[in-house]
Amino acid sequence: MLEVDAINSFYGQSQVLFNMSLTVKDGEVVTLMGRNGMGKTTTIRSIMGLTPARSGTIRFKNKEITSQPSYRIARLGIGLVPEGRLISPNLNVEENLIATANSGPNGSGRWNLETIWKMFPKLSERKSSMGNQISGGEQQMLAIARALMTNPDLLMLDEATEGLAPLIRQEIWSCLRDLKQEGQSILVIDKNLQALTEIADRHYVIEKGSVVWQGTSRMLLEDQTVKHQHLGV
Amino acid sequence: MNWLLLLEQILNGFQLGLLLFLLAAGLTLVFGIMDMVNLAHGSLYMMGAYFCATFTGWTGSFLIGALLTLPAVFLLGVVVEIIALRTLYARDHLDQVMATFGLILFFNEATRLIWGPIGLVIPLPEFLNQTVEIIPGAPYPAFRLAIILVGFLVAGLLYLIVSRTKLGMLIRAGASNRDMIGALGINIRLLFTLVFGLGAALAGLAGLMAGPILSVEIGMGESILILTLVVIVIGGIGSIKGAFIAAILIGLIDTVGRSFLPEILDLVLPSQTAATAAPAISSMMIYLLMALVLAIKPQGLFPPKGVGR
Repeated sequence: MLEVDAINSFYGQSQVLFNMSLTVKDGEVVTLMGRNGMGKTTTIRSIMGLTPARSGTIRFKNKEITSQPSYRIARLGIGLVPEGRLISPNLNVEENLIATANSGPNGSGRWNLETIWKMFPKLSERKSSMGNQISGGEQQMLAIARALMTNPDLLMLDEATEGLAPLIRQEIWSCLRDLKQEGQSILVIDKNLQALTEIADRHYVIEKGSVVWQGTSRMLLEDQTVKHQHLGV
Repeated sequence: MNWLLLLEQILNGFQLGLLLFLLAAGLTLVFGIMDMVNLAHGSLYMMGAYFCATFTGWTGSFLIGALLTLPAVFLLGVVVEIIALRTLYARDHLDQVMATFGLILFFNEATRLIWGPIGLVIPLPEFLNQTVEIIPGAPYPAFRLAIILVGFLVAGLLYLIVSRTKLGMLIRAGASNRDMIGALGINIRLLFTLVFGLGAALAGLAGLMAGPILSVEIGMGESILILTLVVIVIGGIGSIKGAFIAAILIGLIDTVGRSFLPEILDLVLPSQTAATAAPAISSMMIYLLMALVLAIKPQGLFPPKGVGR
């Protein structure tokens, strides 16, 4: 579904990604792990076209998207849940969902307000609250729901549970688990090793802008070195 | 105090205020959403008046002329945005001021070339060119009344668009986070172009309605641009609601103040002093109001949420 092949990305003069490569297959849940400042968010921004890669290629559903504007990439079927959620404070919950909704790349997506309210009953109770009046957990659910409303083939979450209370985290994880069961492909950044190894199929560990380790959940749990050296567990 | 005169001046105040609102709505959206200072907004107002004068001349009907003017100014706005302004969004405000000031000069000279240095007249049809007595004993020009009605109608329509439609949601959301809207599949460039065209059409509407009562001449956009800037600063940059309230406020204060300040000052000052001070103070009043608002609420009366972070 997604193939990132040796991309190099920069912020101004300074290079952040060095020959970064990863793949996400159909229906797979893949994680990006690593300490802060290692290039996880930049990887996602490069895929999304927000910080375009200067070299290397990114293909999505076998189409090259490397230098496309981000709105085209989104319309091809990538839904972004950004770091910090970026909920519009001057729109209410329902408007946040409708404003950017679309029926997906092939026009037959199953996410609409009705299915979203069913999946996130808490949000339906807060329909008419403004985006800045809801709790952090609700904002994160709204950010996920907003991305789902574009009916994406690939969902990308940057810091899925950062700054949320343990109980709320559980809710987010169970929501992602449900999505996975329905066959949703997901690329997720988070620091919660245990939850990630339960949900995800494969993991990439990033250090200084390139992949230093990759493998399945079992391999990750058994590899003490990578956990110590690169994840600080 | 003369109550009939006061009522008439209040109506005049609304009329000026609604014209200002039509200009301010476009300017505040462009400023608030795209973070773009567009001094050439007054030029679009001027083009609205010239287009309408020309189309009215061709068709012999003010109404048809006006209806042709709106899409024409919309298109002009879109072309200006694509050719000139689009490249300026990422630049700083000083560059934008320089470039759009250049556009003012361009439009003024282009108008001189096409229409000549002498102003034009927009003849009104019979039914607008009379007076109506909505207040018994005080005949009021029908056209000015029409401006008030159209102004309120457009304000209402704009309110519905901004508060109820998907376009309106994107306009509000775009003001708080442009990148995110793009990453969710919205073509921000196209959205900006549309919003700019819409703002241009509103400015053109103000111009074509001001044309028959003021005069259609080169430079007519500059003086009203200053007032419009005062309006959006008082209202809170980016806020349609703020622009509406500030525009009506400015319209009323400017119009009613000019005609009644001498009488009010006369009550507290010696008449000699009042007579000399009144004209000076009345032309300053809106700027005094702006200074007061800025001192108390530096972001304006209704700063949109999420802007100015």
